Amino acid sequence: MTARPTYEQLKKDFDWPRAAAELGLEPGAPLNIGWFCSDRICDLGKQDKDALRWEDFRGESRTYTFDDVRVLSNTFATFLQDQGVTAGDRVCMFLDRVPELYIGFLGVLKMGAIVQPLFSAFGDDSLWTRLDDASTRAIVTQKKHLGKVRRARENLPGLEFVFVVDEANLREGEIRLDLAGLPRVEEYTCHPTTAETPSVLHYTSGTTGQPKGAQHVHNSLVSQYITAKWVLDLKEDDVYWCNADPGWVTGTSYGIIGPWSNGVTQAILDAGFNAEKWYAFIERQGITVWYSAPTAIRLLMKEGLDLVRRFDLSCLRHLASVGEPLNAEAVLWGREAFGLDFHDTYWQTETGCMVITNFPGMEVRPGSMGKPFPGITAAVLDTRTFEPLTQPGQVGLIAIREGWPSQIRGYWNNLEGYRKKIVNGWYICGDRASIDRDGYYWFCGRDDDVINTGGHLVGPFEIESALLEHPAVAESAAVAKPDPVNMEVVKAFVTLKAGFEPSKDLELEIMNVIRKKLSGLAMPQEIEFIAALPKTRSGKIVRRILRAQEFGEPIGDVSSLMND
Amino acid sequence: MDDLKQTILEYVIDEYVEEDDDIEVGYDTELISGGLVDSFSMVSLKRFLENKYDIQIPDADASPEAFDTVNSIAALVVRFRGK
Repeated sequence: MTARPTYEQLKKDFDWPRAAAELGLEPGAPLNIGWFCSDRICDLGKQDKDALRWEDFRGESRTYTFDDVRVLSNTFATFLQDQGVTAGDRVCMFLDRVPELYIGFLGVLKMGAIVQPLFSAFGDDSLWTRLDDASTRAIVTQKKHLGKVRRARENLPGLEFVFVVDEANLREGEIRLDLAGLPRVEEYTCHPTTAETPSVLHYTSGTTGQPKGAQHVHNSLVSQYITAKWVLDLKEDDVYWCNADPGWVTGTSYGIIGPWSNGVTQAILDAGFNAEKWYAFIERQGITVWYSAPTAIRLLMKEGLDLVRRFDLSCLRHLASVGEPLNAEAVLWGREAFGLDFHDTYWQTETGCMVITNFPGMEVRPGSMGKPFPGITAAVLDTRTFEPLTQPGQVGLIAIREGWPSQIRGYWNNLEGYRKKIVNGWYICGDRASIDRDGYYWFCGRDDDVINTGGHLVGPFEIESALLEHPAVAESAAVAKPDPVNMEVVKAFVTLKAGFEPSKDLELEIMNVIRKKLSGLAMPQEIEFIAALPKTRSGKIVRRILRAQEFGEPIGDVSSLMND
Repeated sequence: MDDLKQTILEYVIDEYVEEDDDIEVGYDTELISGGLVDSFSMVSLKRFLENKYDIQIPDADASPEAFDTVNSIAALVVRFRGK
């Protein structure tokens, strides 16, 4: 690998064609992410190098070379095709972090289908909503999640195929996909996808409506490859660990595509959070580059420095973070604990790649998001004129100039919804920030009602809809509440129907209903029963007032309220 | 103590284990690090304990480690029931 240029050098002479050229891409030529993450790496002579070192919480482990990944993704693709899955079909991956998820992801792409990764902790309603919206034709899952899939399938006539990767008592219409037991497919011709062929469909939440499917294309590879190489500073001998689950965009952009298109070994731990086990994993695997999240870092902080010092973590060389703003205290703790800076990165499902970053070698200013990645034109815009603000310290909307390779091409079934986010050629991220006189960006908060909890965006509409299905709930509003670990958590305000009385048991019952319907992260961590919700004269619930109360902020203009 | 553990175990199975899942959950099963209960869902488990046993568990003590097994949860409840 060539040496990483400095940020200042790249600002002068970087453009996206340079990144494409590094990959040997020519305009109009076939481009398939699955091929670039496996076959190309083998062609470069790294076929025997470890691609995936996997462990689970029970201590089981498996290792796959790049040639294994190449052949097994061929096998996966061939199997789906033989069953009748075709190019363009949406294939959902509803799996824990098992090897079949990572390898199958490439297999789906190789055969030209669209891979739809979903967080396996999603409950019944969250799963159904996303499968229904995408008209998903096939789902790959495991025994543990088969119950949820079966319930969803009852009302999804278009969900034709259910593939199960482990042993289970299968019912009619369910097919075992035993990847290790299938005949290995050594040679496979990828579907002739091009730069603009749809690749990955990630669902993300907004203020209004149900979650939207962010439609990525194979050209995202260009951005993901070069940002992984330079911002994560991936090098030939690195062992890389990305904490993110591939149900979310970080887990695919930088948990699959970024490292493997660079031919870098990655280690995966299929386990929940446990500080001691995480440190032991880093030590055992010799992790050199670690891409984590503020929530995880803050949980580690709670466990203290003594625990860190029981392990030899000198293998670590570069640390980065994503999900929500990394507070200064976490950066400073990282310096003390590991002798390294956590480099915060900012991006979204819609951007597909990091857009504002603390570039390696650049001074890290604790609490800052960093500066725009070379090749990205960013600004903070005036909230009324949508013109870039020019004075340091002015707070405005974070916006990215259209045209970077991994920009999504729209929302599935809802192109109009996406176009609304583009103003004067700027993609409006929905976050507010300021820029200091040296060009560093400083996050100020969301510009809408979306809740950022533990680095995941949760839409209030989906939670409120689920709350209203509870027989006791008359009206509801879901807002963000500040939280020392997760930055924000969900808080719900609820009015009850006649005949129901507020109680602790009712609160717990409602919490559990939401957890099962949606997910743990969408579950309100607190429910406040109130007599009436603040509304406009036209009857619209005003979440901003409730949110402001939670954050101790001024509630602003209330002249349009019905019940002021 | 055994009754306490049994009550917690039954609640965990009722609330967090899928009907079709034949996973065996015992007093030492790793709930958080094993991925059965995520750190967000832990809050509803904490709320159950607080309601059931009329205790308050401070957030600082409600760590993923403290909630990782039925045994460790029961120890936490005993600690705060005595206060």
